[in-house]
Amino acid sequence: MKATMRPNDRRYYETHEWVKPDGDTMLIGITDFAVQALSNGNEADLVYCDLPEAGRILEAGDTFGEIESVKAVSDLNCPIAGEVIEVNTQVEDHLEILAKDPWKSGWLIRIKPVSKSLDDLMDAAAYEKFLAEKH
Amino acid sequence: MKETPLHDVHAALGAKMVEFGGWHMPVQYGPILDEVRTVRTKAGLFDLSHMGRVRVTGDDRVRFVDRIATNFCAKIPEGAIRYGLFCREDGNPIDDLLVYRGKDEVFLVVNASNTAVDLAWMREHAGEFRVAIEDQTDALAMIALQGQESQAVLQPLVPDLDLASVGYYRFGFGTLCGLPGTRVSRTGYTGEDGFEVYVPAAEATRVWDALVRAGAPRGVRPIGLGARDTLRLEAGMPLYGHEIDAEHNPIEAGLAFGVSFHPDKGDWIGRAALERVQKAPKRKLVGIKSAGPRVPRQGYALFDGSRELGAVCSGSPSPTLDTNIGTAYVPLDSGAIGGRVEIDIKGKRQKAQFCALPFFSRTRK
Repeated sequence: MKATMRPNDRRYYETHEWVKPDGDTMLIGITDFAVQALSNGNEADLVYCDLPEAGRILEAGDTFGEIESVKAVSDLNCPIAGEVIEVNTQVEDHLEILAKDPWKSGWLIRIKPVSKSLDDLMDAAAYEKFLAEKH
Repeated sequence: MKETPLHDVHAALGAKMVEFGGWHMPVQYGPILDEVRTVRTKAGLFDLSHMGRVRVTGDDRVRFVDRIATNFCAKIPEGAIRYGLFCREDGNPIDDLLVYRGKDEVFLVVNASNTAVDLAWMREHAGEFRVAIEDQTDALAMIALQGQESQAVLQPLVPDLDLASVGYYRFGFGTLCGLPGTRVSRTGYTGEDGFEVYVPAAEATRVWDALVRAGAPRGVRPIGLGARDTLRLEAGMPLYGHEIDAEHNPIEAGLAFGVSFHPDKGDWIGRAALERVQKAPKRKLVGIKSAGPRVPRQGYALFDGSRELGAVCSGSPSPTLDTNIGTAYVPLDSGAIGGRVEIDIKGKRQKAQFCALPFFSRTRK
């Protein structure tokens, strides 16, 4: 049952990013759906991930990077406003991390958020429903 | 969406299916770049049943093709195949195609996405010509076997046709998997040696399975359209909608070998316009390669400093060259091989270098 597999400890954005509170900061990553859509289930098809420098200020919805597969490019969008304070450079060098573990070691950027509220974003159940309806 | 006779085979193999030219086609069975390597080192099997196949018969068949296509059909030896295009009066193509010159027929292979337009255009221009135009797309499956193992795999399945005697861009007929009179051509869209075969739709699965069984010991695997696109780009072969389209003519695309201005060909649609282009081309198609991490994509602009040169037509990571590659149009005073250029990727510049086309060839030395 895939519907119960997506973690409930975070919120989800309509372009398939997730936000997970981590102390005073928040981690941003992409969902298994995003990875699957881009790679067609073949992690070797992911070829490049472009992430921002620490210090970048983002508004909610801003594009902070791009991820490429052999045949496609996809924007990475930040669901919340804040400052990029850390970047997971491991992922840039080892894109297979995104396919193996998009939820933990596959985080992309750490944000110091303007607001702690994530009420505008979907919880896991709403995201499942969103996927079922849109895709 | 249309399905090929091999649709269920792809589904059973777990292929990722996509819409392509109005057809539901396998883009990949596994990682795309692994599929490219399989074709470069062994061989791969492709379902190309989406390609349009049109048989032209009748007394005026050769004159008719010489009127509507850019190549010189009357000069093609029987049993040989030539590349050509259908162009409008303005010299811009509506499609590109292969022309098989048979004994009492001319057999055309066109792009899936343009088949309907091609057929309508052929019928519109048939006029006084005594020809019959038969769309065989649905009646025939088309299967390609591409890569250096191809002949060894295919030969035992077609015992009465000596494949060694079928030269590059030639075709013959043999009994393939018990199907007499099967068209077998030494053609392809990968830059590798290989064959394309045309079998009745109802026999497609049986022939495919026989090829899979015969090829398995030699590492032959099914290959999707994703890898096919990278293979053809490495081989410097154009794709309609990328290197050529309603605004990009074959002369500037470097396809003059498929365009005949021979006086004996007579007048043909687009001739006058393309003669003008040939006398005064404005741009040329070049190869680019980039060691940078980003893949060139269609539409990305190329810059020499502040001068915008043109735009990328096609791009891909190339496992064969181990770098990112692409094609682009640039002005005639630019694009010298080895010259430096920058690709604008959403505002960021990535270094690249002009290089010769094709990037790779085993068949065109």
